[in-house]
Amino acid sequence: MSATPNDGLTTAASIARAVRAGAASAREVLEGYLATIEGREPEIHAFNLVLADEARAVADEIDRRVAAGDDPGPLAGVPIALKDNLCTRGIPTTCSSKILEGWCPPYDATVVQKLAAAGAVSVGKTNLDEFAMGSSTENSAFGPTRNPHDTGRVPGGSSGGSAAAVAAGFAPVSLGSDTGGSIRQPASLCGVVGVKPTYGLVSRYGLVAFASSLDQIGPFAGTVEDAAILLDVIAGHDPRDSTSIPQAAAPVAPTLHDGVEGLRIGLIAELAGEGMASDVLGRLHAAAAALEAAGAKIGEASIPAATYGLSAYYLIAPAEASSNLARYDGVRYGERVDAPITGEMMEATRTAGFGDEVKRRIMLGTYALSAGYYDAYYGKALKVRTLIARDFDVAYEQFDLLLSPTSPTTAFRFGEKTADPLTMYLNDVCTIPTNLAGHAAMSVPFGVGDDGMPIGVQILAPALGEVPMFRAAAVLEAAAPTTGEVSA
Amino acid sequence: MSDPHSSAVADAAPITRDDVVHVARLARLALSETEIERFTGQLAAILDHARDVESLDVEGVPPMSHPFPLVNVLRDDVVGPCVDRDEVLAMAPAVEDGRFRVPPILGEEP
Repeated sequence: MSATPNDGLTTAASIARAVRAGAASAREVLEGYLATIEGREPEIHAFNLVLADEARAVADEIDRRVAAGDDPGPLAGVPIALKDNLCTRGIPTTCSSKILEGWCPPYDATVVQKLAAAGAVSVGKTNLDEFAMGSSTENSAFGPTRNPHDTGRVPGGSSGGSAAAVAAGFAPVSLGSDTGGSIRQPASLCGVVGVKPTYGLVSRYGLVAFASSLDQIGPFAGTVEDAAILLDVIAGHDPRDSTSIPQAAAPVAPTLHDGVEGLRIGLIAELAGEGMASDVLGRLHAAAAALEAAGAKIGEASIPAATYGLSAYYLIAPAEASSNLARYDGVRYGERVDAPITGEMMEATRTAGFGDEVKRRIMLGTYALSAGYYDAYYGKALKVRTLIARDFDVAYEQFDLLLSPTSPTTAFRFGEKTADPLTMYLNDVCTIPTNLAGHAAMSVPFGVGDDGMPIGVQILAPALGEVPMFRAAAVLEAAAPTTGEVSA
Repeated sequence: MSDPHSSAVADAAPITRDDVVHVARLARLALSETEIERFTGQLAAILDHARDVESLDVEGVPPMSHPFPLVNVLRDDVVGPCVDRDEVLAMAPAVEDGRFRVPPILGEEP
């Protein structure tokens, strides 16, 4: 971003440092980002809603507090974009679905409260595939988001708006949610850092549920350090989420630059061959070489059931979704299509309110859970999930971290994969196993493909393995070739 | 399916048009004829792909419905702040006397 109006304050770390020290004002920083949004948002459509006036009020309050001698916190004055499936009190939260259009939650998600307490400034709600179901943002009821590196291509999904917002310089950091790769895949396609934390590390309270045993909130950032700072702010036990991990996890930022000397890192054999584009594999092997040069011990790891994760996921996630989305019935919130009888009203409401992909997944999940098919599909998928978790357990006896591509290809063109849902689902083969196991993983940009589009490398860690995972990410970031910057 | 550990997916018949109509009714979705045709084909393709797990031996493998063993989470029974009722009802499609209002359930005169 050569023409940024932010005087070099393009990272969360530098903004917070300057604002806390009184060397920059949160309002000035914000105005710079709002100007960038105004310039390019019509072309990108990263946001469902830009909160310019609300953000100005928050930024002014932060500046007042700094002037009064207060410390607003580790994200003081840092603009942040929020995926539009995170509840924001009194502010529309749509999940990019017609069925929730205009709905304003009566409470804030825990992560939204934590961001406010840390001094962050929310600049808007970002676009997503409807209810986070998709890998391209083409399933949004409000139109797709465009990849800032090439607006003829998708940004990935489902958190495509959050990834594009960071890539386009609309905010230094953003939050997304990852159920089967929805943070990591768009991060890879947009050339930014994306983190799927260990299941239970970040509270899901106020995250609109898609598949509750898989969903996890996580950061997007332009740098590994910013992702680390943001993760440390949003992590932690929350009594309002019964699946939240009770014990405190070690923060990742303090040890970020400790290097990878002696770390054992395994390349996942099953995800490093068939089905992966050759330029993607080229970047993967270059990343492994960079880690080795930094002192890591690189070996070949095997997760024999990894590629079967796709089949398990596309039964488990829709099954959970079909149950979670039963609540959209026109009774308590969102749109209602009137009919003389309640049952008819519910059917008319859901038929008009849900888009094609959401209907397809509800149908798939309802079928997988229905009498006569439960054992054959859902039951079997849960057993495959066990196999994948066991494979990881075995691999992590030998390795501290694992490595794979994040996405089999670079960003694809609009419409390229919409005709056949299965083709779209195959995008998620590298990211899904982590969600099934409840582990951590992140995507770090590591150069570009033959088409000049960004390629990310995925670092996988066992549950609560974020500390070494971030150390490896910092090493990769330092070794990454400088990719072509997004021209504004 | 006499033996629950046999290759269960293989025993499941391909999804039919009637299945799709039935499932849509369970999920409270009204599908057009075109949608029924399209979903039948697409769901069949997805379920067919899911058959790749047949090559895995899952006999005796316990199902995993959640990443971590779930236990009851208890807390003291203390009254705390909760979501404001008026704020919730303000977002509802129809309300009456502090409650959600819906059309008749059984179709008789209200």
